[in-house]
Order: sequence, then C-alpha cells, then structure tokens
Amino acid sequence: MGDVRVPADDSRAAPADGPRRRLSRFDPAVVAAFGCVAIVLFVGSLYSTSFLSPEYLLQQLKVASFLGVIATGAMIVILLGQIDLSVPWVVAVGGMMATAATGWGSLGEALAIPVGVACGIALGLVNGLGVAFLRLPSMVVTLAVNAVAQGLMVVHTGGFSPQDASSPAMRFLATGHSVLGIPNALIVWAAIGAGAVFLLTRTTFGRTVYAIGNRERAAYLSGARTRLVVMAAFAISGALSAFGGVLLAGYASKAAQAMGDPYLLPAIAAVVLGGTSILGGRGNYLGTVAGVILITLLQSMLSVMQMEEFGRHVTYGIVIIAMLLIYGRGRRHSE
Amino acid sequence: MSGDWSYWLREHRGTLLAFAAFVAMFAVYAANHPAGLNANVATTAANKGVLLAIVAMAQTVVVLTSGIDLSVGMVMVLANCLASTIVVGSPAATALGVVGVLATGCLCGAVNGVIVIYGRLQPIVTTIATGSVFYGAALALRRVPGGDIDSTLADALTGQLPGGIPASLVLLAALVVTVWMPFRRSALGRAAYAVGSSEVAAYMSGVPIRRAKFAAYMLSGLLASMAGLFLTCVTYSGEASAANGGSYTLYSIAAVVLGGISLFGGSGSAIGAIFGALMFRTIGDLLFVFNVEPLWQPLFQGVVLVAAVCLGSLRLLRIRNRLDLYG
Repeated sequence: MGDVRVPADDSRAAPADGPRRRLSRFDPAVVAAFGCVAIVLFVGSLYSTSFLSPEYLLQQLKVASFLGVIATGAMIVILLGQIDLSVPWVVAVGGMMATAATGWGSLGEALAIPVGVACGIALGLVNGLGVAFLRLPSMVVTLAVNAVAQGLMVVHTGGFSPQDASSPAMRFLATGHSVLGIPNALIVWAAIGAGAVFLLTRTTFGRTVYAIGNRERAAYLSGARTRLVVMAAFAISGALSAFGGVLLAGYASKAAQAMGDPYLLPAIAAVVLGGTSILGGRGNYLGTVAGVILITLLQSMLSVMQMEEFGRHVTYGIVIIAMLLIYGRGRRHSE
Repeated sequence: MSGDWSYWLREHRGTLLAFAAFVAMFAVYAANHPAGLNANVATTAANKGVLLAIVAMAQTVVVLTSGIDLSVGMVMVLANCLASTIVVGSPAATALGVVGVLATGCLCGAVNGVIVIYGRLQPIVTTIATGSVFYGAALALRRVPGGDIDSTLADALTGQLPGGIPASLVLLAALVVTVWMPFRRSALGRAAYAVGSSEVAAYMSGVPIRRAKFAAYMLSGLLASMAGLFLTCVTYSGEASAANGGSYTLYSIAAVVLGGISLFGGSGSAIGAIFGALMFRTIGDLLFVFNVEPLWQPLFQGVVLVAAVCLGSLRLLRIRNRLDLYG
C-alpha cells in the first residue's frame, strides 16, 4: 500500500524551481527525528550539563561514525524495499580480512583496507545475485550469506579472535584527529554521506533505487536496468558494512568474533527512525544521519546515567516504538 | 477425485519435500551414528529438534499473515528466565508457574499484535524493538544464569516414554493437534491465510483482518513461551542470553524457509516448519557423525542453507511472462 507513492522529490518539485524548492522544503519525518535528538540532549542536560560539552558531543559523533557508515549501506538497500541481514558477519569479514592482510607484510599493510572492502563487495554481490536474478526474498538470501560468512570466518580464524593487529592506516582513520581536533572517523562518515546523497539524488542510479522501491515492475517497464541496480545496491551495502568493520578493527586495533552483532539492529532502527519507509521508495539521507545520532546518543546517555543493562534494553525498545508511533505510522485501509 | 488429489499434492508440496528431506537426512545420520540409533541418541536429538521446531511454529503463524516476528527468540529467552524462577515448588505452584509463563508469552505476542495492528508500524521494526524490551525484562529476572525448574516436570517432558519414545516428540505432536490444527481449521486461521495472500482482497471481502493478525501474533508469543519453558526443562536453568535469542530467531526463519513456507505469506503449514527445523538440526548432527572438524560446521550449515534457499528460485522456470518476475 505504501509502495505506490512516488518519492516526494518527483511528485512535488516542479522542474523550473526544483533545486531551490528542494532546499526550502523539509521532510516532516526528518524534522521530527532531529527534534527527538534535541529532546534527548535536553533531557540529558537536565541530568548533567556535561552532555552538552563539545568534547562529549564530538566523542559521540566519532562513535556514531561507525554506525553511520554501516547504516548508509543499510539505507540504500531499504530504499529498494529489501533488507540486508548479512550486516553482522560482513562487518566481521571486513575487519578480519583487513587485519589478516596487514599480517602479510608491507604490501599487505598497504592493501589492508581495499582487501577488507573487496571481501564485503564480493559478499554483497552474492546477496544481489540472489535477490535480483534468482528473485529470492532478501531476508533469507542475506541470512544465508550471513551464515556462510560466519562459517568462512570461523574456518579462517579457528574460532578465536584473530591475533593480527590492524594497520596504521586503519588506526589513523578510526582513531586519529585532523584539523581543529575533528575525528577522522567523522570526516570519513561525512565523505561517505556526501557520496550517498550525491548518488541518491543526482544520479540515474539513485533515481532507479527510489523507483524500484516504489514499484519494480514500473521501473522495469520504464526501461531501467533494475536487476543491475539491485545488484549494485547490495554490493554498495556489503562494501560499506565491510568498511565499517575495517574502521571498527582500526578503533579496537584488532578484529573480533561477533564484532558486527551489535550493529545490525541499530543500523535498521537508525534508518527507520530517520523516516525511511521500510517498504522502500521513500527516505532521505539526512533522516538517517539524525537516526544514527539519535541511537548513539540514546545508548551512550543511558550507560552514562548508570542505568542497569536491563533498563537500557527496555528503554531503548520503548523509545524506538514511541518515536515511530509519533511519526512513522503506515496508512489505514480506507486511505 | 484425481483433481482433488493433485490439488492436495500441490498445496502441500513444501511440507512433503521438507518431510522427505528430513527423513533422508535422518536415515543417513542414524545409519552412521557410532552408537546406532538407540533410545538415548534419539531422545537427545529429539529434544534439540523439538526446541527449534516449537520456535519455528511460532514464527510460522506470523509469517503466514505475511508478517515477521523477530522477537520470538527473545520471548523464548524471557520465558526461559521466568520459568527458571516460578516453575518450582509444590505441584500446585509449579502448575501455576507454567500458566504464568504461558500467559507472559501471550502478553508479549499481544503487545506485538497491538503495535502492528493499531499502531500501524511494520512488523519487522516493531518486533526488533519489542524484542529489545523482552530481553531487558529477561535480564531483569536473571542477571546471572541460574535458577531451577521442577524436576518431575522437566524429566517428564525431556525423558522417554515406555518403549523408548522421546517424550518431547509426543509433546510436539500434542502441540500440533491441540494448537496448530484447531487454528488452521478455524475461521481465524483461514483469515490469517487470507490476510497473507492479499491483505487488500481480504479486507474487501470482509475478512476479520485485525482479529486474524492479532490471533497470529498472540499464538506466536504463546508458542515461543512454550519453547522457553521446554528450554528450561532441557537445561534446568535460566539464562538471559542475547546470543541465544538472536540465533533462535534466525534459525526459526531458516526452518520456515526450509519447511516450504512462503515469506510473502499465505502459503505453507506449521508442519512443514517443524520438519524444516528438524532438518536444520540434523544437518548439524550429520557433521558430528562424519567426524568433520567442528570448525567447518558453521560453514557447512551456511552452504546447505544457501542451497536450500536457492531451490526456491526453481519457480522461475515456470514463469512464462517476464513481467511476472517483477512483483
């Protein structure tokens, strides 16, 4: 039912004043998501003013970058109306293969990041093959690929956390600071985010992604090469998940089993909280940014407030439901 | 008459295939087991299989309505922690405890149902979030693993009946007869299938969509809490393990797919999911029998899962009109 809606950009912006109107018009869901960020910060500041200090906020943005990179990939797939459940072990594959490459010597050290990302692309292409050409539900294909990735890594590492350390370049990207003390990880996320915005709003690929999310049959009949676009979207998602793993390995200076497990659900939650429809075809990258910041702040503040772990899980779940009930509801049958 | 027969065959193709595949795998397993197929081997295998089978049934009822319940594993973990706390003491207290555990499961399912139906949120996101809440509740009950369960009940459910028949298989059969079959044959059950086939068509035909979906989610919670109770009987303790909850959720989806149930809803049967679950467990055990290094087990399971999933694309061969590829 939500799938017959045309993306907001197309339906309302007249060609003549398109760019200007696009700037002046805000997606209500994005505004609501940023409003929630402000509310969370306000409530936090009642507890302790240190939640508003630049150091704390910058630190949180740095932590949010890892989730942000992974959520970018998740968003592109969700815009298609599909879902990528292979995130956990593709993240681990990225981290583990990058650290393993570092162990091969100086050439490997230089190639660590590309190797990690390439492995992610390969797994993403398998996902895309299953979804686009074998026409299988993405939920099961990506689940199966996740299981295979886990199996490969268990065989590769012997079931233990690998001993290889991450390369200096990985550590530089994940933990270093550049001009004005801005964390490199944040710059990386900003660059990837800018790339995603360009891809989604200014290229044929992005238009086709939205079109497929609305109705793949219509996109196909309009001459879009939908299957290749779906494959590419899954490859991008795999690459970004693996790159997130590379960054995480750089941050912790080594890779670990199950390092990607805590990222699947927050990534999906961040995308959906940002106003992207889980049915596909509707969504704005700015919303995902808000969702990522929201999830990260929520997790961090609840632990700083020394709430017990069970309370954090309960609050986390209730807040997500509550926010979605406010602005993420579907439509009635009669509409 | 022959027309009815071929229709029946077509309707139950997924279930029958899952059954055949399970029987073949289990035969290989039993024939190669070093100790042969004695009652103890069968009971251990049955307990593991039945646990996943119940979770898979829970997943099935929701998938039939073209929803998904990613909180089944967490409901199971919550029921496990609760059962290890209240299913102890005198027979009356134990019985009351069992009722409490199952009621909690129903409540969890009802919460999911209310949010999905009246909140109009997507099932996938809703159950992710409620799963987090259920896990938090489990953690509040059991910060460290422990607890106990009435041993008479536990032994009765996980032991053997006279003649060496695993009691858990009887439990599973009883669940099918008392929970699944009445649901399948009831008006609500048929409505659940109708909703899964096409919600709009069901709405237009005056099918009670809301009641059907609500019943499906509540039944899912009930079955998941039964799985949690059974898990407590097997382990004699409760543990709030997020890893356990997550993997049972994922395995339940795998079992549903192996059992020939369409994730788009509207077709398949919980009986298929049961054989899918038993098959999934047998795959793991097969490796043990063939002395494959345990390290290779996850990879092998993954590859089998990929192969089973790819079988689903055989339907492409029957498609005549290329447009039908793009739903």
